[in-house]
Amino acid sequence: MDIMRFLPTLLDGAWITVQITVLAILLALFMGFVSGLMRLSGVWAVRAVASVYIEIFRGTSALVQLFWMFFVLPFFGISLDPFTVGWIALGLNVGAYGGEVVRGAIQAVPRGQYEASIALNMSKWLAMRRIIVPQALPAMVPPWGNLFIELLKATALVSLITISDLTFRAKQLNDQTFQTVEIFTLVLFLYLAIALVITGVMRIVERWTGRGLARGGIK
Amino acid sequence: MSEPIVRFENVSKRFGETVVMRDFDLDIAPNEKLAVIGPSGSGKSTLLRLLMTLEQPDGGVIYVKGEPLHHMWKNGRLVSADQKHLRKVRSHISMVFQHFHLFPHMTAIGNVIEGPIHVLGMKRAEAVARAEELLDMVGLADKKGSHPSQLSGGQQQRVAIARALAMQPDVMLFDEVTSALDPELVGEVLNAIRKIGREQDITMILVTHEMGFAKEFADRVIFIEGGRIVEQGPGAQVLSEPRNERTQAFLRAVLG
Amino acid sequence: MSDNVWDWAFAWKILPRILDAAIITIEATLIGFVFAAVLGLLLALGRRSRNPLLSYPIAGVVEFIRSTPLLVQIYFLYFVLPEFGVVLPALVAGILGLGLHFSTYCSEVYRAGLDSIPRGQWEASVALNLSTYRTYRDIIVPQAIPPVVPALGNYLVAMFKETPLLSAIAVVEMMQEAKIVGSETFRYVEPMTLVGAIFLVLSLVSMVGIRRVEAWLRRKIMG
Ligand SMILES: Nc1ncnc2c1ncn2[C@@H]1O[C@H](COP(=O)(O)OP(=O)(O)OP(=O)(O)O)[C@@H](O)[C@H]1O
Ligand SMILES: [Mg+2]
Repeated sequence: MDIMRFLPTLLDGAWITVQITVLAILLALFMGFVSGLMRLSGVWAVRAVASVYIEIFRGTSALVQLFWMFFVLPFFGISLDPFTVGWIALGLNVGAYGGEVVRGAIQAVPRGQYEASIALNMSKWLAMRRIIVPQALPAMVPPWGNLFIELLKATALVSLITISDLTFRAKQLNDQTFQTVEIFTLVLFLYLAIALVITGVMRIVERWTGRGLARGGIK
Repeated sequence: MSEPIVRFENVSKRFGETVVMRDFDLDIAPNEKLAVIGPSGSGKSTLLRLLMTLEQPDGGVIYVKGEPLHHMWKNGRLVSADQKHLRKVRSHISMVFQHFHLFPHMTAIGNVIEGPIHVLGMKRAEAVARAEELLDMVGLADKKGSHPSQLSGGQQQRVAIARALAMQPDVMLFDEVTSALDPELVGEVLNAIRKIGREQDITMILVTHEMGFAKEFADRVIFIEGGRIVEQGPGAQVLSEPRNERTQAFLRAVLG
Repeated sequence: MSDNVWDWAFAWKILPRILDAAIITIEATLIGFVFAAVLGLLLALGRRSRNPLLSYPIAGVVEFIRSTPLLVQIYFLYFVLPEFGVVLPALVAGILGLGLHFSTYCSEVYRAGLDSIPRGQWEASVALNLSTYRTYRDIIVPQAIPPVVPALGNYLVAMFKETPLLSAIAVVEMMQEAKIVGSETFRYVEPMTLVGAIFLVLSLVSMVGIRRVEAWLRRKIMG
């Protein structure tokens, strides 16, 4: 079989895919927490900034954002290399969805927990950090896990802005060899493998964040 | 009466259409043990929640140790307090809730040291030592490593009392702290409160339905209805020989 | 940022071209979604089958499709099917890809709807001696679908936002048209931004519509 012949090239591409996925996940987490917390702010303007970010990035698609940053930003004098555009665009896109996840989970923490924090004279920030967010984390983990899978799938788009990720290599090999069935099947299974790794890691994170609360559960 | 530690001055509060308090006045003396009784919906919780800054008054001013709580002085005028002022004045007060509101992701002792370490800036070792003392005082020395979900209601409420006390407040608020408990667990919580009243220099305001406890423990009992004080005086008088007929009706209904 | 970064006259001039292409985008969305909605229901029902030779493979395929990129799936359909003698126009391959991908999401939605039907409905159907087919067709599915319409609507919007992927196999939908305009005129700011704005407006409007439907359904179901 020729599969062995393709594998090194495809694995090189998979490595690029993994790098972009990891960088974009970190950015998405950052943006998700920042925008989710901002949407809960008492200050109108802070909420508005977060809402605009979330609505714009959820209202247009990842590929539109990617192309916009790739083709349009240079006209504003901002020239980023394709790799940077790739992970930043995807991270911003998924971060907007993450913002809603974070906000939802935080709002689900019972009111009494805020009131108890005030009775201990905590500042809002301290209450968030020590009391509210730790209790909201377990509920956030599964939806974040789904978002990470969506993000992995979306990394295929970066092949369209000249990054030689897994999908790009597949297309290239296909054009060269016409071994279409073998190449694309192999590629799909490589994506599946990465997705399974993400799912596995999220299972561990789930168990780990749930630990404190799981000792009998929240009443 | 000496300088009051808490003063409600002309306080009014409404929720939408519902007027809960109208021109409410109340002075509370340092170290006083005040019991608040009244029918459901009369505004007892609102009274405590205003003092804990969980609610904003619509009119009037609440003073704690002579300082306005929700307001501050600016150019000789009272304006809405900023966070800094609010937190400074609020540091004199803490509260115990009907439903405990312990932090479920922390152990009993974790709950008690949380405020002292992160709000009062106490050293961890010192906070732990004091927390152990407090848990011992409420009879829970052996439960310090347990999570709230592993404790009975009465035990959880005693941890909550220790947690509030650890903040070294001058005023402690108790909002029906035994109402959510099974009857056989009420005694242990009331005992903890008695002990604090005996051993600490602290002002206590208790909303309660335990009339016997109010009579024996409180220096003064106030009966409120419709957001007004209808009758007040020593427990022996208000609870045993009420003069106002609404108080009489309420006590008949409660005591059966 | 210089004055000529954004040229209103130019934007105005190319708008008709972009809107023309938007018709392809909307066509692909609607046809693709009908396909996704129907296939999704079949997958959901198949997954509930008591025959493990049916339910397990379906569960596996659904997971597989959900975990791998739509773009690669579209390539697969477009490049692989001809090997088996099936030559599809790019637009058809693209719509098939969209429909197939989102049928797996729809099947999860239906599954939740089907799971929420109370046991009593099944027992009543047995009491009436209805066949399994009749029970599903007349009793279960009609009750299971209305509550999940908003969730399906969300995936309709999600699918709409994935249509620019068809540009990768040279379907001239909005994104591809914008790229063509860009390469002809060396101006990318206006076409790309217009496409973004059109997506934003259409998806925000649809979300409002879905929320309306949701409120209406809730009132109707609650009685
Ligand atoms: N957040 C709120 N929003 C609207 N109405 C409220 C709110 N909090 C309290 N109220 C109303 O204010 C009135 C007083 O409530 P409060 O909780 O102070 O009564 P209470 O004396 O503590 O009663 P109970 O003995 O039942 O605890 C009630 O009519 C209540 O419905
Ligand atoms: Mg109350």
